[in-house]
Amino acid sequence: MTKKITVNLITCRTIQQGVAMETGKTSQKYYDAVSIIHMHEDDMKKAGIMANTNVRVTSKDGSIVVKAVRTREDLVPGLAHIPMGPWANAIVSAYTYSTGEPCFKGFDVEIEPAENEKVMGAVELVQTLCYGEERKPPARE
Amino acid sequence: MTKVVTDVTCPFCGTLCDDLEITVSDDGKEIIDCQNACAIGSEKFLHVSKEGRVTRPRKRQPDGSYKEISYDEAIEYTAQMLAKAKKTLWYGWASTSCEAMAIGHKVAEKAGTIVDNCATVCHGSSLLAIQDVGVPSCTLGEIKNRADRIVFWGCNPAHAHPRHMSRYSIFPRGFFTTKGHKGRKIICVDCRYTDTAKCADEFIQIEQGYDYELLDAFRTVARGEPIPDVVGGVPKEKIISAVNTLKEGRFGVIFFGMGLTHTLGRNHNIDIAINLTRDLNDFTKFSIIAMRGHWNVTGSGQVLSWQYGFPYCVDLTRRTHARYNPGETSSVDLLRRKEVDACICIASDIGAHFPIEATRHMAQIPSVCIDPHINLTTEISDVHIPVALVGVEVEGCAYRMDNVPIACRKVIDPPEGMLTDEDLLERVYVRLCDIMGDA
Repeated sequence: MTKKITVNLITCRTIQQGVAMETGKTSQKYYDAVSIIHMHEDDMKKAGIMANTNVRVTSKDGSIVVKAVRTREDLVPGLAHIPMGPWANAIVSAYTYSTGEPCFKGFDVEIEPAENEKVMGAVELVQTLCYGEERKPPARE
Repeated sequence: MTKVVTDVTCPFCGTLCDDLEITVSDDGKEIIDCQNACAIGSEKFLHVSKEGRVTRPRKRQPDGSYKEISYDEAIEYTAQMLAKAKKTLWYGWASTSCEAMAIGHKVAEKAGTIVDNCATVCHGSSLLAIQDVGVPSCTLGEIKNRADRIVFWGCNPAHAHPRHMSRYSIFPRGFFTTKGHKGRKIICVDCRYTDTAKCADEFIQIEQGYDYELLDAFRTVARGEPIPDVVGGVPKEKIISAVNTLKEGRFGVIFFGMGLTHTLGRNHNIDIAINLTRDLNDFTKFSIIAMRGHWNVTGSGQVLSWQYGFPYCVDLTRRTHARYNPGETSSVDLLRRKEVDACICIASDIGAHFPIEATRHMAQIPSVCIDPHINLTTEISDVHIPVALVGVEVEGCAYRMDNVPIACRKVIDPPEGMLTDEDLLERVYVRLCDIMGDA
């Protein structure tokens, strides 16, 4: 049975995400910089996750496969971080508490190893989540 | 011979560095080198001349592929969509010039759309708080020349505003700050030990989501009242020492970012941070500045404010007057509740930066994306209209994070036949007037 851990997740800019965004959101650089989750080593051990392997992150609003990496900027155990972008936003709630602003930081997610699952590309991910597996856009008159 | 263009303004973040030196080829069509910019800024300039750029509008076909169309066809589609829709959301604006915004708003007013900018997912909460309690603020130049106490609260300029620390907040020597870094005390409050925290004299590691409580404790200590032993994971002694450091300064500033606006509490976190600034003014001079993200998101707030009185979430659908009610007229809420039947995304990216539930509705309704490059919104829009890049290929006015207007320069020519935001929006306006039967 795979182990699961629950952590508090935040999403925000990293300089790698910023640079890669300017290179192009369909670039390999963007994929490498953004489709990751920064985790604390203790949390990785607890869930049996090896660094640089894929994990499934699930919130009440969605589920996404990303690559788990050790963070350069120190996190405390129980706190994880996904750079801002389509992978993070696949699990961020759109509810804004009447402020207009979604809760990009501070929500519970479950993380479990998913070594054999694939991390989707940015365009593939957004189109699949919007249009389903076939990625077929809605018909227009 | 190559030519060097000096004093170029960087169109990436709200710091709007205006000392870049760009080397361009002798025909003025290609950028060869970029000096003084940060990693993100130089990537922005150098990327422009790379191959594979889309230079003509594209329309999505029923099978999902994109076909090149002319600007005329794209303008026709946009104008028809605006005329037909009952309620259009026009979101973005943060990466274009104030001049283009003014023309865009003219179109929006004509069609009766919602106009919202990136503040809605960024510093919108800060704007709400500023409307509630005001804001004691200053310019970045004053900080460089005067500030000896700097607080970074829930922001990470080392990653998001890479030259902020070297130009204004930590390292520069100014008129009254001749010792530079050595003469300043830097306090960083964050839930992570960020790269910014590594430059700070004191790092306060807060438990994620306890900003309101900690700010309240700072205020309580500043007023000389007792606080609990631990607040938001921070020991009492550390809070008292930090407040004393702030009080002892001659001129201090609090920079705050998404750590306050994105966590639970939203505008209330900013509200109390502003009130802490006000309290500290009983002892010394203190200011507070929002670390605005996109280079001209402040400009969008400025233009909307002087035209309609509100900085974002402006509802022009009534046609007689502008309405403003974040939570109701804000992009994410409108999309989540499926209240709009058409969408234009200009100079921004809904697909990458909105929660998927909101993006999903945008992908279902007729939509146009106006952006110089392919991004994730262009790939779920009916029509993508590429335009010249403002700040690189077009000049224009932008507002820095401290509300100082700065002119952006044109460095190279746009690809042949490519329209600017201003030309495009003006032509949409003319066509829309035609369709709606009045000039």
